[in-house]
Amino acid sequence: MRKFTWLAPTLYILFLMLPIYWLLNMSFKTTNEILNNFTLWPQNFTLDNYIKIFTDPTWYNGYFNSLTYVLINTAISVTVALPAAYAFSRYRFLGDKHMFFWLLTNRMAPPAVFALPFFQLYSAVNLFDTHIAVALAHGLFNIPLAVWILEGFMSGVPKQLDETAYVDGYSFWRFFLRIFLPTIAAGIGVAAFFCFMFSWVELLLAKTLTSVAAKPIAATMTRTASTAGYELGLLAAAGSLTIVPGAFVIYFVRNYIAKGFALGRV
Amino acid sequence: MNNKTAYPKAWLFVLPVVALVAFNALIPLMTVVNYSVQETFGNNVFFFEGVKWFEEVLNSERFHASLLRQLAFTGIILAIEIPLGVAIALTMPARGIWASVCLVLMALPLLIPWNVVGAMWNIFALPEIGLLGQMINGMGIDYNFTQQPMAAWFTTILMDVWHWTSLVVLLAYAGLRSIPDAYYQAAKIDGASGWAVFRYIQLPKMKRVLTIAVLLRFMDSFMIYTEPFVLTGGGPGNATTFLSIDLVKIALGQFDLGPAAAMSLIYFLIVLLLSWVFYTLMMRDEEQ
Amino acid sequence: MARISLQNLRHSYLDTPRAEADWALKSMNMDWSDGGAYALLGPSGCGKTTLLSIISGLLTPSEGRVLFDGEDVTDIPPDQRNIAQVFQFPVVYDTMTVYDNLAFPLRNRGMAEADLDKKVREIAAMLDLEDTLKKRASGLTADGKQKISLGRGLVRSDVSAILFDEPLTVIDPHLKWILRSKLKELHQRIGTTMIYVTHDQTEALTFADQVVVMHEGTVVQIGTPVDLFERPKHTFVGHFIGSPGMNVLPCTLEGATPYFDGIPVPTEHPAPGNGGAERLEIGVRPEFVSFAEDGIPVEIVRLSDAGHYQIVDLRHGEHLIKLLAPEGAELPSEAAHIRFDPSHTRIYADGWMMG
Repeated sequence: MRKFTWLAPTLYILFLMLPIYWLLNMSFKTTNEILNNFTLWPQNFTLDNYIKIFTDPTWYNGYFNSLTYVLINTAISVTVALPAAYAFSRYRFLGDKHMFFWLLTNRMAPPAVFALPFFQLYSAVNLFDTHIAVALAHGLFNIPLAVWILEGFMSGVPKQLDETAYVDGYSFWRFFLRIFLPTIAAGIGVAAFFCFMFSWVELLLAKTLTSVAAKPIAATMTRTASTAGYELGLLAAAGSLTIVPGAFVIYFVRNYIAKGFALGRV
Repeated sequence: MNNKTAYPKAWLFVLPVVALVAFNALIPLMTVVNYSVQETFGNNVFFFEGVKWFEEVLNSERFHASLLRQLAFTGIILAIEIPLGVAIALTMPARGIWASVCLVLMALPLLIPWNVVGAMWNIFALPEIGLLGQMINGMGIDYNFTQQPMAAWFTTILMDVWHWTSLVVLLAYAGLRSIPDAYYQAAKIDGASGWAVFRYIQLPKMKRVLTIAVLLRFMDSFMIYTEPFVLTGGGPGNATTFLSIDLVKIALGQFDLGPAAAMSLIYFLIVLLLSWVFYTLMMRDEEQ
Repeated sequence: MARISLQNLRHSYLDTPRAEADWALKSMNMDWSDGGAYALLGPSGCGKTTLLSIISGLLTPSEGRVLFDGEDVTDIPPDQRNIAQVFQFPVVYDTMTVYDNLAFPLRNRGMAEADLDKKVREIAAMLDLEDTLKKRASGLTADGKQKISLGRGLVRSDVSAILFDEPLTVIDPHLKWILRSKLKELHQRIGTTMIYVTHDQTEALTFADQVVVMHEGTVVQIGTPVDLFERPKHTFVGHFIGSPGMNVLPCTLEGATPYFDGIPVPTEHPAPGNGGAERLEIGVRPEFVSFAEDGIPVEIVRLSDAGHYQIVDLRHGEHLIKLLAPEGAELPSEAAHIRFDPSHTRIYADGWMMG
């Protein structure tokens, strides 16, 4: 019985890989082959779809736009969340519990609810169609998430660490930057990972807040799908490329993922 | 937890977060509240309508139908993903290179943009060109998710299981790894069966992470928009029109701001309420 | 209850051990007599937990056999070996009551509820757990939880031995003493073989009739606490047991008499010859070093007060020697001489006692 336990995860991974394989398979086919023949692997192997994406600015700019706002969002979210998480983990102050809860409720706000008001808000402050607008908007769910994760990690660090540092004559900020942050480096990594993840995969808000200059790759894809008819190969290639950044990030945090989930209570 | 120092100035630490989140949450929320009590005929002229839109939404069959679909969808995917995720976490390698390989491969769907997930499943499940579509039709079952409501539901659920079960696996795996070896050894010596080990050691120790898993999966599935929108567009007919899809149709499609705003608030409150119910139910034992 | 024998036991955590250091347990033969109270003593990483796991069956040894009353149990899983084990960190089943925790091993073995109830209550009474039987086990303090772990072992009437793996590590100091006396009392009452792993010599010496000292995967000595103190078979035992540990000084042999730095050291345990050893040493406990008119010249380096005696640090050339003097004893001026009590001075060849 024990010997066959590998079967379940193997089948599951196989199930996970099948659609991804199909997407890759499509991306190396010509439109003609996709529409006219059902083939399990490309008969006329072609890189045309990828060449098109790497040479056409409307395509490759989409990747730059997406990565730009994702990185800005990750930086902002983690940076502002660090002192806040420290305060929640170390101090009592007026309304601390209520505020922590209120922050978390924003994780429960359906993006669809906010799509229209966000459009109006960011238009009103002249940030429509900028990277910063999407980065800030994604802060709605990422900042509370980062605070939550970091607070979990920080609560695991004994308070004696702070006290020892003060006794040794460290100022607060020197202690915070030189001692405390390195101590919770894994937590920062995990928080950044989740901010990256949720900003990278979100489309509704990103699409609503951009038109041309900051248009994310995902939006380029949906618009292509509806306007250019059925260029499925191109769409598949663009989709395959969106898996790459995520795969990179996962590879780097693979050893922290499980621990991060457990400690950071996400 | 009770040894925190009272420090009123800690507010300054929290201020940037509060400012940013408030900017993003409070202003739009006020906009929504504002719309929800007014009528407009364009040209930025608004009339106060009180709770008319709320009554209209709460009494509309369209909203009832979307809510029902939403509840059914969320119920089904929770019933599949939570047990499946736990089962996979229990059977996957505990440590070593294969554990890393599993984790990396399993996490992959989580980092794919949601519209790509929809598009990928569209290509995968289409009866003519998709592997899944061909396979099912090859088995002699008439399957076309763009035309058959049942097939559309099947495909949407399968897609969500594909997309999100790994989150449950990762959480459950993390919970399992936090159990010291001594527990398993003690159970062996006590002569506990595999089921007893699961029931009395693994499940209790996973409770906290499973609570988080249920909450996250509940919230995210209840707010699902992009993947089914790209896959089915809410169809065929309204078969897979969940709450968010319906809301966007009303707000951005028909530009019915009042009803859309009222629906938004009701929607948000339902998520909050149900999350709270889940949380208190699952944490009740812990309090004792 | 049973006599436990280990035959030619060896264990390595590697699939293909090459060097001597790859073996977590080096070859050993040993008998644990029925009803004994044993302590397995040694520093962290000496292999004592490995040995314990092999006895309980959580680990299958790479080589050798484990016998219970002459019956080979090497390949039998722990639940069929009739062994109970208490771990370093208390293991309780959080969602169960204390009662159900104690009943768990019996229910798993299909005992009838009526017999089970009697047994559980008997053990609860023995461990002073009666008042908490209805409570959830998760709410108990560390020592309460450790009592439950212990109770789950005691509740089974069929256990051959109860194994303890540093069970008092997480217990408050003042409760340690109480629990330890409780264990001793239980041993006298039920007479089951108990094997107690620890790195704390006080725990080992107060609990056990026989102490097994381990060092780098080898059993270096088995003996009563008095044996270990007066006749340490290995310099490690001399050093590890006693506070402060035994003085170990290099020596040479001329005939049967050992010489330390050219000074003859009289001993009642002369060595028959160096037996080809690379390293010869004299071992003498600080208790058996005293000031004398002549002998080994030393200077006094430091004096520390340890309650009812004082520890004197001495130096001879580059060698440090410790001496125990009674409290308030008159000490000679800086330059002094010391002698070793010949009946407690022993010669060690490559670490092992000669003669």
